[in-house]
Amino acid sequence: MSESTVDSLARLALFADLSRPQVEEVSHLFDEQVFAEGERVLRHGLSGSSFYVVLEGEASVRIDGDERMQLGRGDFFGEISALTGDPPSADVVATSLLRCLVIAATQLEEFLVEHPRVMLRMLQAEARRLQTAGQWQQ
Amino acid sequence: MAAVDEQPFSPGTYDVVVVGSGPGGLQTSYCLARLGVDHAVLSRDDVPGGMFQRFPLFQRLITWTKPDAPADRKTREYEWYDHNSLVADEPELRALVPPEMNREYDLPSREEMLRGLAAFAKRARINVRYGCTWEATRREREEIVLQTSDGEYRCRAAVFAIGITEPWIAPVPGLDRATHYVDVKDVGAYENRRVFIVGKRNSGFEVAQALLPWARQIILASPSPVQTKTLALSPLRVRYLHPYDEYARGGPGTYVLDAAIDRVERGADGYRVVVAGTTWEGELTFEVDDVIAATGFQAPLQDLPDLGVATVSDGRVPALTPFWESLTVPGIFFAGNATQGARGLGKRGLGASSSAVNGFRYNACVLASHLAERLGKPVSRPRLAGSELVPYLLHELSHAPELWIQKGYLARVLAFAGGIYDQGIAPVTHFLDGTVPDALAATIEVDEGGTIFPILYLRRSGEVHEHPLPPHPLHVYENESYRQEVEAILR
Repeated sequence: MSESTVDSLARLALFADLSRPQVEEVSHLFDEQVFAEGERVLRHGLSGSSFYVVLEGEASVRIDGDERMQLGRGDFFGEISALTGDPPSADVVATSLLRCLVIAATQLEEFLVEHPRVMLRMLQAEARRLQTAGQWQQ
Repeated sequence: MAAVDEQPFSPGTYDVVVVGSGPGGLQTSYCLARLGVDHAVLSRDDVPGGMFQRFPLFQRLITWTKPDAPADRKTREYEWYDHNSLVADEPELRALVPPEMNREYDLPSREEMLRGLAAFAKRARINVRYGCTWEATRREREEIVLQTSDGEYRCRAAVFAIGITEPWIAPVPGLDRATHYVDVKDVGAYENRRVFIVGKRNSGFEVAQALLPWARQIILASPSPVQTKTLALSPLRVRYLHPYDEYARGGPGTYVLDAAIDRVERGADGYRVVVAGTTWEGELTFEVDDVIAATGFQAPLQDLPDLGVATVSDGRVPALTPFWESLTVPGIFFAGNATQGARGLGKRGLGASSSAVNGFRYNACVLASHLAERLGKPVSRPRLAGSELVPYLLHELSHAPELWIQKGYLARVLAFAGGIYDQGIAPVTHFLDGTVPDALAATIEVDEGGTIFPILYLRRSGEVHEHPLPPHPLHVYENESYRQEVEAILR
């Protein structure tokens, strides 16, 4: 058998500050979902979407069919619409067999408040994304 | 001379082979037969009923059936009030669980459920080759080959309705020494004992409840907290909230802890369990007489993962397409409890009811139509007159049990292509990613605050937009204001 979900989670940057028991809790709070290559994970314009963390495989962020970013192991997506309540502004499509952890937007806020170190890691990743986006514009 | 084979379905080639004679297998076979799909049903058991021959161990089911309800038992609308009977088009095959119930409670006992399933199998004349065990699987070109105790079966699609009933033990050092929930038989054996139960889900609380009158002390522990708010509104409260209630009131006989189990060690006379808090900080050590692993179940997939069938939840559940086909091995389908491997849209965290009979009976009907179409059998797609469209949609939104039970997961789908055609019930995700340029899906969803509302997904020239309709306190949508609202959307 492949490594357990808990082991896989423990190695992700997002959860790097959590103790082993906390990682176990996270693995119970999140669902695990697998997508086939070509399957849509996040749908542009559709309300009520979730927050995803990539455990295995690759995905593509697409706006009007054009790829804007590639996502791989340890990356996360869906946090913007989960936190603002607005529908996603892009599609996310699996580009290989994709294994993700999923938590509903409605549970994400409570989860982050209870796990501030995860929130900090998320902010750092977000800041790096903004930085990269800024460099593109210049 | 060879013995005459008196059992149905001799080894050979069939379009579809269904494995299992629990509710998932029976419902699939019924629906395939209605659609004229050639199929065999194989079961290692001797009688129909599947998991209900054994589970739940101590208590009633956790899914309700109201023997009398606003809708007549012989109607489709009644299915919404009866979450345990299998479904059928013929009135005489509908609602076969409620006549078996003694009405002590609105949840049937295991025996009542089993009798209801047996009645369905008998009256619907569902043939099953009993005592035939599926042993191995392989693919040969486009065919799936099942090796069984009775010989080889070849098919274009195999449907595994094998439940999720194989004990699964969480990977905790020493937990393999514990008794699994399935092996807890005699509650009297726990008289005046200290019992540690690993797991805070259905089976953990079920066994805790059964031990309350016997054990001296009960500790339930697992990493994540019990969702008390959700459970308070679920039939599960009957089971969960009693042991939980003792703990919440501070009763020292019962503890319900959010903790990761670090290890289970054998002590001089009993066990030592070391746990680490998840929602609190610190470590605790318990000296107990017994440890019960109520860490759940897995689908008995046998060699399917070797064939390439991808799984979720540490190998316990197959990962499935919206039509419950293995995401990675074409031709391998699932019915019954394992259909939870197709999670659906999951909007706002809304889960489908695919792990219970009430939900997976509809998944089986949708799967049967999908298989029939794939095999080239005609499936009825009735045409609607323009004037029928809105009243039909509002009736479905108000009464369709498929939409009310599989909220946001299954939808009534209509296609607009030189007329209005009823495409039947289909998975919402399939509709959203479908290719029919102009179509409509109607279903029921729940908002962040728990309010139920109807919703339409309309696809025009390939682009989908969602149109939520306002909620109604009695969930009655067959009136003028909804009619106007829907007409405006469709205009």
